[in-house]
Amino acid sequence: MLGAVEVKMLKAAQPDRPDALTWVFLGLGLLLLPVGLYLALAAPPDVNQGYLARIMYLHVPGAWLGYLAFFVTFLYSLLYLFRQDPRYDRVALASAEIGLVFMGLALVTGMLWARPTWGVYWTWEPRLTTTAILFAVYVGYFLLRGAIEDPELRRKAAAAVGILGFINVPISYLSVKWWRSLHQTQSIDLTTGKIHMDPAMLQALLFNLFVFTLLYLGFVRFRSLLAAIEDRQEEA
Amino acid sequence: MKAKYLIGLLLILGALAYLIFGGLGQNLVYFLTPSEYLQDQARYQNRPVRLGGLVKEGTVRYDKDQLELRFILTDGVAEVPVVHKGTPPGMFKEGQGVVVEGRFGEGVFQGTNLLVKHSEAYQAPKAGWTPEEVRKLIEEAK
Repeated sequence: MLGAVEVKMLKAAQPDRPDALTWVFLGLGLLLLPVGLYLALAAPPDVNQGYLARIMYLHVPGAWLGYLAFFVTFLYSLLYLFRQDPRYDRVALASAEIGLVFMGLALVTGMLWARPTWGVYWTWEPRLTTTAILFAVYVGYFLLRGAIEDPELRRKAAAAVGILGFINVPISYLSVKWWRSLHQTQSIDLTTGKIHMDPAMLQALLFNLFVFTLLYLGFVRFRSLLAAIEDRQEEA
Repeated sequence: MKAKYLIGLLLILGALAYLIFGGLGQNLVYFLTPSEYLQDQARYQNRPVRLGGLVKEGTVRYDKDQLELRFILTDGVAEVPVVHKGTPPGMFKEGQGVVVEGRFGEGVFQGTNLLVKHSEAYQAPKAGWTPEEVRKLIEEAK
């Protein structure tokens, strides 16, 4: 029989509720989401695209958080392989799932933006093709997880995909520079530090990026906890 | 292995193979420039290609009744005449970067799809030139 103190310790080690920090990220993110929307709708129109350019405030944070999420999956997959602690695998899984949501948002808003500006919803140009491949790889990540019943083998196989799949993130990001593409190059170029954007638009974009990052952090912590509860049920 | 996930996994692998070998493999180059096209014209005869370049200033002719758009595509060195059926996209204008999908025939490049490229720079319009004010100006001029 377990003593009262031991039960308490077990509960602390295996929480079944999100902690305060998770609620802070989620609460603040949801609270600031309408503020970000207001800033996006108050930002000036673009001289060529008019109000269409405002899709950027969803499209760019979605794509960046997708890239970031897949990077976190890469990092925690590596940590899992080195330390063999299932906790790392749960963060990798959570981040890949949230990354798919954000990357999906970037793809959908991108298609809605492409039709009125480029003239088509989709074309097989380098940025779009590499991003579609990226998306498909992480869908495969979850199908692979579902297909393997042995938990340890599942975690190792998933970690391999989480590490190898990440190769495509820098390829997707730099595709617009490496190859001839229809997609424009980066407006905030992280490789040169150049910014080709009106300050008022930049502020709105950075604010939305901040809000999306808060939501991402909240979602990942929440999803990792759910994964921990799932793991416990699987073991029991 | 659970069967339904295995089927899904095979689907994804098939899709990936298609994307990598079908979408990209045929041609790693998304579009050809008019110079490249004219240099190796025999190779691209009767084959769908994408041509990319700028719409040459002063060459755009649009027939509203036939919905027929004609312009000259240039890369600064070589020029290719283009005919395209259909209304031009909203952002199509002289000097704009475009990509035309189609094939060569009867002395012109016959576009089936016209795509407009836009720049990565975002600027607010000058005072008095917001979309509403421009629309008002156009309506007043009618």
